[in-house]
Order: sequence, then C-alpha cells, then structure tokens
Amino acid sequence: MDIVALWDAVRPWWVVWMVLLFGAIVFWAVRPKNKRRFEEDAQIPFKDGRNGG
Amino acid sequence: MSPASAGVAVQADVVSYEDDVIRKFVIASTFWAIVGLLMGVIIALQLAYPFLNPPLEWFTFGRLRPVHTSAVIFAFGGNVLIGTSFYSVQRTCRANLFGGRDLANFVFWGYQMFIVLAASGYLLGITQSKEYAEPEWYVDLWLTIVWVAYLVAFAGTLLKRREPHIYVSNWFYLAFILTIAMLHIVNNLAVPVSWTGAKSYIVWAGVQDAMTQWWYGHNAVGFFLTAGFLGLMYYFIPKQAERPVYSYRLSIIHFWALIFLYIWAGPHHLHYTSLPDWAQTLGMTFSVMLWMPSWGGMINGIMTLSGAWHKLRTDPVLRFLVVSVGFYGMSTFEGPLMSIKAVNSLSHYTDWTIGHVHSGALGWVAFVSFGALYFLTPRLWNRTRLYSLQLVSYHFWICTVGIVVYISAMWISGIMQGLMWRSYDHLGFLQYSFLETVDAMHPYYVIRAFGGILFLLGSLIMVYNLWRTAQGKLRKEAAFGEVPGAPGILPAAAE
Repeated sequence: MDIVALWDAVRPWWVVWMVLLFGAIVFWAVRPKNKRRFEEDAQIPFKDGRNGG
Repeated sequence: MSPASAGVAVQADVVSYEDDVIRKFVIASTFWAIVGLLMGVIIALQLAYPFLNPPLEWFTFGRLRPVHTSAVIFAFGGNVLIGTSFYSVQRTCRANLFGGRDLANFVFWGYQMFIVLAASGYLLGITQSKEYAEPEWYVDLWLTIVWVAYLVAFAGTLLKRREPHIYVSNWFYLAFILTIAMLHIVNNLAVPVSWTGAKSYIVWAGVQDAMTQWWYGHNAVGFFLTAGFLGLMYYFIPKQAERPVYSYRLSIIHFWALIFLYIWAGPHHLHYTSLPDWAQTLGMTFSVMLWMPSWGGMINGIMTLSGAWHKLRTDPVLRFLVVSVGFYGMSTFEGPLMSIKAVNSLSHYTDWTIGHVHSGALGWVAFVSFGALYFLTPRLWNRTRLYSLQLVSYHFWICTVGIVVYISAMWISGIMQGLMWRSYDHLGFLQYSFLETVDAMHPYYVIRAFGGILFLLGSLIMVYNLWRTAQGKLRKEAAFGEVPGAPGILPAAAE
C-alpha cells in the first residue's frame, strides 16, 4: 500500500483517530499511577527559589 | 520560603537568567497599554461625537481604529506575552535564555519595529483590509523574521532545560508561538504589486479568502489572546498565590482539549454568508464544544485559591489575576452562545460583539497582564515590594467599574440595534431606517466612552505605581488588608 492509498484509507475516519488520540491523552492524565508524578510537576514553578519565589 | 515550596527541594543554583530584556518588555508593555487604551478612548469619542473626526484623513475613525486594536492586542498583549514567556520559561526550565542577550534584544527591538511600521502604515492608509491582519506585505515579512527568532529563543531554552518535565505554562506559550506563525503566514500569502510599493494582492479569492481570514482571526483570539495568556495564568497565578495549580491533570486535559477544538471555530464569524452551510454549522458546533475546556481552565485557575481565599482580601495583585480568570469564564460562556446561529442572527454586526470582545480583552487579557506586570516589576528591579498596594486596589476597582460600564452599555446598545434592524411593521416594511438605529445608540456610545476613560485612568495609576516601584520608592501606608506584612511584601531578592 503506497502512501496515497494509506492516506485515502485513514482520511474518512479522521475524527475517529483524533477522538481516540484525545481519549488516550485523557487516560494518561487521569491514570492513578501518574497522580504523584503530576503533583510533583505542579511544583516546578517553586523549584526556582530566587526572586521571591 | 513559601508554603507551596516548603516540601520541594529549592534548587538555588548558579543559572544567571536573562532578565535585562524582560525589563524592556515590561516597560514596552506599559507604554503600549497606555497608547492602545488612549486610542480606544479617542475612537469611542469619535463615534459618540462625529465632529471629533478631523478633516485630516490620518486621524479619522477608520484609520485610528486598527491603531487601537493592533496597539492593545499586538503591542500591549504581544509585549506582555513575549516578556512573561521569557521570564517563566527560564525559571521553569532552570536554564538561561537560548541565544542570550543578543537574540533576546533582536526579538525585543524587532518586535517594536514591527509595531511602529504597522501603526504608521495605518495612519497613512496602508492596509490590506483584513481585520487584525492589516499590515501590508513588507511588515508581514519583517514580523515573520522576528517571530522565528522568538521561536528559536523560546524552543531553544526548552531544549536545554535542566528540569526533566516541561511545565504546562510552556505548552501553552509554545502552542501560541507555533500557531500564530502558521496563521500569520497562511493569511498573509500576498503578492506585492512592486518591490517599492506598499500594495499587494492576497492569493486567496472570494469566500476562501473570507474563510482564511476568519480562520486566522478567530485563532488569533484562540491562540494569541487565549492560549498565550493561559500560559501566563498557569505560571503567575500559582506564583502570586504561592500554591501549585489546583489540578495539574486538569491543566493537561485543558490544554489538549483547547488545541483539538479551537482551530475549527473560525467559521462562526461567517454565519449567513456565502460560506457553505455545513462549514457554518461546523464552526458553531466546535465553538459550543469549547465551553468545556474553557470552563475547565477557569475552574483550574480560580480553584488554585481553594483553601486560601483570604489572600484575595489582602492581596490586590491576586485580585487582578483571579478576577481575570472570572472574566475569562464569562466571556468564554458568552462566545459559544453568540456562535449559535439563532443568537448570531441577532448579535452579528451589532455592538454586542464589541461588548463581548471587550469583556474578554479588558477583563481577561488586560487584567491578567496587569497582574503579571505587578508581579514582575518589584522582582525585576530588585525591590522589596510594590510602591503601593493601595494604588493597586484603586486601579483594580476603577478598571472593574470601567469594564462593567463598557460591556453593559454595549449589550444594551447591541441587542437594541439587532432588534431594530429586524423589526417589520404590519405591511412588511422595515420599521426603522438605518439612521434611526444610529441615533438610538448615541447615549450608549457616550456611556461606553466613559467606561473606557475609567479604564484608562486606572491604568495610568498603574503606570505611576510601577514607575515609583522601579525607582525603589515605598509609599507610606498601612499594611493592606488585615494580615500585616503578609501578602505582596516580598522577601528580599537574592539576586
């Protein structure tokens, strides 16, 4: 299958791919395993202790 | 130092941040804010009192209006965005700015030159007549060069970061920079008539040109006035409130939902035009879906204060930041509502649109920018605190009243205008002549100009306050609010 044929095959389902991709992002964001990691990431602005931070 | 950072290893290392250029951006933002707001007051008065349009064509409403819009959006807003992004990207990456002082200065002076070239062109009648994309080809090419330099400085800093994770504010800033580059290039694909003349012709024609223009125009709102300033929000609200953002996971969903949806909303500017009906409905649908990420982001910003609401009583700078998010929620509720075709048939081409834009531009963009300027000035000039918190409070209330006066006048005027345009008498004739609708709007135009004057006055108080702060002066006044010495008073800067 060349790239044009592949494009023709996936294109009609574009909105489905995008919804799946977005769903994967939401899953990644709310996954309990990642909770602690994101809580730590939220502290990044305070890691720079200078300038009255 | 702060409650939020108590459990975090503060890594006071040897990175020397490039802050000199950010001071310049703060000064330029403040200067252009006053220019832009003053232009707004002038054109509001010209609408209310037409005799104020001078016989010189350079200073008539038609030429000053793009000076106002470009000055507030691109000059004031743009300088705030570039300056705050340079400030926060260095600190969240714990790396100094890529390209150093020279590249940063090129971006600064290059951007100011873009503003001056664009504005002088408007006064002389040089325009490609695309709203918010008025500059002609030579200015567009210059901005492209400056913008690529900005992207290199920002993305280069991200690449050499010493923090493994890229903090969410930088996602928003990067989305803003990349998308504006794409929009700017596609909407300004024009062929100059000659290399020595200002005039050019756009490659798009007819309804494709209209769709490209409003794909650009609405995404300028979505990625310049929204995504960029959300980046600002996600850094400066936690910093000023001294607590991390309410939910970092929500900020991730907020970001991606906004990115996935916003780019499709543009066709709602072309309801009931020759744009195909399906495209109009598509634009409306995506606009309505935008309710969710917008309100998710608003909740995230406001709830950052959860458990610390008392800070609003004692910290007027935080008031600016938090109320701005409230206005963001309000205007992003109103926007999707107005994109619904049935509502749009009443609101389109009326002053309601102007009111909507200003609740977003004054309430959200300007307020969140004022909060950031108040945050930055004492830190960048190494002062212990602002000159006066009392003056910040005056600024806050005068401007808030100004906004409410402005947007209420425009709602009433706009809905009245829309209703008058669609009124028929019992024989099927239009009930009002166009002139009657103009005449009916006059009192609201006067009230609107008054609201704008209040906003300008409040902002002049800010200029005085920032100026005195930079000079190192401290106004003798009682500690603001009830908790003496707590908010707004910074620990002595270590730099």
